[in-house]
Amino acid sequence: MFNKLTSSESGRGLLLISPPFFYALLLMAFPLGAIILFSFWTQNFMDVDTTFTLNNYRQIIDQPIYGALLQRSLFVSAVVTVVTVLLAFPIAYFVSFHVRPDRKSLWLFLITIPFWTSYLIRVFLWKVILGYNGVINTGLLNIGLIDEPLTFILYNINAVIITLAHAFAPFAILPIFVALEKIDRSLLEASRDLGENKVMTFFRVTLPLAMPGVVAAVLIVFIPTIGDYVTPELMGGAGGKLIANMIQTQFLALNNAPLGAALAVVAMLSVTAISLVFILLNRRWLRGRS
Amino acid sequence: MSLRIYAIAYLVFLYAPIVLLPIFAFNDATIIAFPLAGFTTDWFGELMTNRSLHTAVKNSLFIAVMTAILCTLLGICAARAGAMYRFPVKAGIMGFIMLPLVLPEIIVAVSLLVVVVQIFDMGLSNWTIIAAHVLICTPFCIAILNGAFQNLDPSIEEAAMDLGESRFSAFRLVTLPLVMPGIISSMLIAFTISLDEFIIAFFLSGTSQTMPVYIWGLMRFPASLPVVMALGTILVALSIILLTIAELLRRRGMARAGVKDKGGFL
Repeated sequence: MFNKLTSSESGRGLLLISPPFFYALLLMAFPLGAIILFSFWTQNFMDVDTTFTLNNYRQIIDQPIYGALLQRSLFVSAVVTVVTVLLAFPIAYFVSFHVRPDRKSLWLFLITIPFWTSYLIRVFLWKVILGYNGVINTGLLNIGLIDEPLTFILYNINAVIITLAHAFAPFAILPIFVALEKIDRSLLEASRDLGENKVMTFFRVTLPLAMPGVVAAVLIVFIPTIGDYVTPELMGGAGGKLIANMIQTQFLALNNAPLGAALAVVAMLSVTAISLVFILLNRRWLRGRS
Repeated sequence: MSLRIYAIAYLVFLYAPIVLLPIFAFNDATIIAFPLAGFTTDWFGELMTNRSLHTAVKNSLFIAVMTAILCTLLGICAARAGAMYRFPVKAGIMGFIMLPLVLPEIIVAVSLLVVVVQIFDMGLSNWTIIAAHVLICTPFCIAILNGAFQNLDPSIEEAAMDLGESRFSAFRLVTLPLVMPGIISSMLIAFTISLDEFIIAFFLSGTSQTMPVYIWGLMRFPASLPVVMALGTILVALSIILLTIAELLRRRGMARAGVKDKGGFL
């Protein structure tokens, strides 16, 4: 059996891919299945009741707080995604089209470095920047633009959005950059030769060809942001809590893991559904153009 | 030109928080705000004497080293399989392995928590964190190792086998030295991710805290914030050094494999 596996090319490939595959199966797919199952159970203090029930989901529908939190989370994730990708595109474009080839990896390195430094501390420093006595307020006070510190920039949704847009920046830049790098430059020349101006060339050639990168960037920002509870906890204040904070509370403080599991499942399904709709709409748009 | 100005402004935005870190780490005041007071190195001194911090750092280092080794091994399997062989449903399997990249971390954390505690009724330990960190780091390792493995000419390994080496020793003697820089680079990245990871560690840590979990605890006490700044300064400096080494090695690996550098970790 083993010899048979190692003698063919596909056999050797499958054998080699099996450790990472089974690892992902055991530690990702299996736990995801478990959490779905778990969301149909109930917990009474420490004892888990394994009779199948829809109670957790009923509770999520009945109590308006869960729906409101989910809605707010999806809104924050969507705004963060739009802001991050819009800010990231020009950077990716700049590095791909305007930076000398031998300097490109230096630019990418500079862009990715802040991303690899402690996330907790970065979030905390945004508090220092946006706070009442923070960098922005002291700066603006000193140059006399404002008379008293601005308060709308910390402990609310705005602060959460700024911080998350900062945290996910490289995730948006890199896929767009890779897509832009793949564009055959002669296509752009052809478009110019055929009489399109610079702007139209961008919208009719560059942007559609860069779309796969933009889609990847959108997904890689939109999906993980729903699961962040550090930023809303530190930056959001009382009105800025999101669904991930609720999931965390259900699991760790309230000891109601099945309800937390149901919330996690609902959050996951919502982002997946929205992502799929986005992919489909984008496909239709690209097909409509060609 | 205006794009260049935008790019520089963007870099300022990216670096703004990190630049502030050393400023407050050396600032002689317990409140993290402007105006600055005098210069002090007290906060760094406090780090040296803090026992519970030392335990947390030791835990984190152990977790990060184990994670780096394990997920690089998994990454080597995946990158080599992806580059060298064709097999059924290859794209599907590869996509499945890369999936943790987009999975929200809280989902990874709670699902593993449920499996470990509720279903298997096991205790949480450093190993539960390692297991989760390996899962989320492997896609990053694969992305880096792909760069090292992808354009490697399979015929050099075949030549070694024709000359009498076994399949494994051909890999060890020919391919391994060529991809070594990529392997080290992948280990450094995984180490950095694991060392900084908080969301999962918070759910899965047992009695012993990791460093980010310890920092999270400190953040509740305003008096300990300057110490957090000092610790953060050291961590950021360390990360930058490790990443610079990783980047230099990655480039050397690309050069050895004869690939034109397209830049970037992902």
